[in-house]
Amino acid sequence: MTLLLVRRLPSRLRTGAGVQRAMLLTGAVLTGLFVLTAALGPLAAPYGHAQLREGADLFGSQQHPDGAHPLGTTIAGYDVLSRTIWGTRTALLIIVAALLLSVLPGTVLGLVSGYLGGRLDRLLVGLADALYAFPPLLLAIVVSIVISGGRSSLAGGLGAGACSVAVSFVPQYFRVVRAEVIRVKAEPFVDAARVIGTGPWRIMTRHVLRNSVRTLPLIFTINASEAILTLAGLGFLGFGIEPDSGAEWGYDLNRAVADVTSGIWWTALPPGLGIVLTVLGTTLLGEGLTDLADPRLRRRSGTPAAPTDGAGDDE
Amino acid sequence: MSTLTQETPGAVTAPADGAAGYGLARYLVVRFLLIIPTVLILVSLVFFLMRLTGDPVSAAFGDRLTPDQLQAKIHQAGYDRPLLTQYLDYLRSLATGDFGHTVTDNQPVSHVLTTYGAATVELACYALLVALVVGVPLGMVAASYRDRAPDAALRLFAILTYATPVFFVGLLLKLVFAVRLGWLPSSGRAGTGVQLFLQDQTSTTGIYLIDALRSGDGTAIADVLRHAVLPAVTLGLLMAGVLLRLVRTNLIGTLGADYVDAARSRGVAPLRLVTHHATRPALIPVVTVLGLQVAGLLGGAVLTETTFEWKGLGYELAHYLTARDFPAVQGIVALFAVVVAVTNFLVDVVAALIDPRVRY
Repeated sequence: MTLLLVRRLPSRLRTGAGVQRAMLLTGAVLTGLFVLTAALGPLAAPYGHAQLREGADLFGSQQHPDGAHPLGTTIAGYDVLSRTIWGTRTALLIIVAALLLSVLPGTVLGLVSGYLGGRLDRLLVGLADALYAFPPLLLAIVVSIVISGGRSSLAGGLGAGACSVAVSFVPQYFRVVRAEVIRVKAEPFVDAARVIGTGPWRIMTRHVLRNSVRTLPLIFTINASEAILTLAGLGFLGFGIEPDSGAEWGYDLNRAVADVTSGIWWTALPPGLGIVLTVLGTTLLGEGLTDLADPRLRRRSGTPAAPTDGAGDDE
Repeated sequence: MSTLTQETPGAVTAPADGAAGYGLARYLVVRFLLIIPTVLILVSLVFFLMRLTGDPVSAAFGDRLTPDQLQAKIHQAGYDRPLLTQYLDYLRSLATGDFGHTVTDNQPVSHVLTTYGAATVELACYALLVALVVGVPLGMVAASYRDRAPDAALRLFAILTYATPVFFVGLLLKLVFAVRLGWLPSSGRAGTGVQLFLQDQTSTTGIYLIDALRSGDGTAIADVLRHAVLPAVTLGLLMAGVLLRLVRTNLIGTLGADYVDAARSRGVAPLRLVTHHATRPALIPVVTVLGLQVAGLLGGAVLTETTFEWKGLGYELAHYLTARDFPAVQGIVALFAVVVAVTNFLVDVVAALIDPRVRY
């Protein structure tokens, strides 16, 4: 489904108008740079994410930016630039993990619930409403304690972040897919399939599902942003990934709080900007796509769709 | 008034007024009762997740006590009973408002909640104020300049407030205004002297601004306000972006309504159209959606309080987490769950009272 997103991009870029086009383009470029950095991390970063010394010499603590360390070193003596670059890899992993854990259960539950209806449907809707209301960050904290007692390895921290993001996003996929399924299952082609004796599973997977996932790519991007922000929040509270098992921006910002008070800017700005640019990229990409999916904003008129309400695009 | 009636089409309210009233009452009761399963699901989820890791006593003291001491303490606190018994016991005490005792400093959790809750409420109020003052006017500007440069710039601003983690905003503000410029204090709710002075007052509310105003001490009031600025702006900006976009979307909707066209054709000035005709009905959906943001606000409050050492529930939550004090964590999280559930209920009530078409 992510492929769908990529495949649609060029056509979206051609049809979009001014601002929407600029947003979409900026989002695509930022996201592309982010993925590229994550992929090339080891080549692009001058040092390892947990490297403290070059040869026999320690880097030193809170060194000013200079030739050897373009962005200085942290209080623990890590190279800031390297950790910021390595951080993209952690961020990419959390996005992938959170998407995998959210999309599949959300879609399957939404499909089954919407198609079958009845008591199961009512139960799932109630459950989804309860979980949706819960602050993901608080859930992330609880889950991180369960997984690793709060002192996390890379896998533990990612697991906690991904699970808790999933808990608040499964209901969102569930809602969207369920609503679409209920709409689609009333379509004549579904009745037609039923008339010729197609079984319910085949109808669900073949006929209903494929017509119900068109809006999902837009939630992907919000899901991705939320995954990064939750992991960063977790790290900032001291419940993320330990520095020697992975570079994580939120943890680095947590370490930078004391530095800021003494006027040291170079430990806080790079990881913070890493978060901002990454989330900005995915958000702009999502916004651009939402805009272009909205027929009122498209230049070439497509099939009329139900007007999106104000609440929807701010979720 | 004419703008408000537009929101409630007469055709819907007119028939069977009595039946509609009965329906409303029924809806409100059902909706109120729904709070209980919501809170129950969340509290149970947290309870069982926390217990998956073991008992709270070993979590807090596991590395400091001998196995015998640990066993005695666990037995004393009743954590060696069957999990189901503990769970039912926990629910029973929750129902009576008893949140148990913290493990590390052995004080009633309810005491922690009331002591630090006031600070969080104070911060949330300031933040809401900032969000309203920034978000609503900017949303009005964006809607009036729809699809032109100011709109695009404000839209980018709103996206930026979402993309920037609240603690990074806090750190940046701190770096610039507290450290570089030295205009404002970098952390805490008040200076040490003022804090002691406020705590010495008779009958304190715990909300520093109210306490300071009641004492009538000018320096105390100024000090409390100066400490509030950066945290309030940090948390307020988080919501301001959401608010801006909501106001913009809804205002664009009402600006296209027939009665606004009618006013425009009567020669009402464009600015007055926005301020006097279109804004009030546009704010109704804003209020309800804003209520749903309370979950995000609580998460943001935890991070903001930690950034600025603002000693409220969020700060304490982080503190008890580090100390592995699970009853305290559970209590604070349970309170947050209740707050979220109750706010969502209130939002639905407001929506139902305003718009008769909303029914369960």
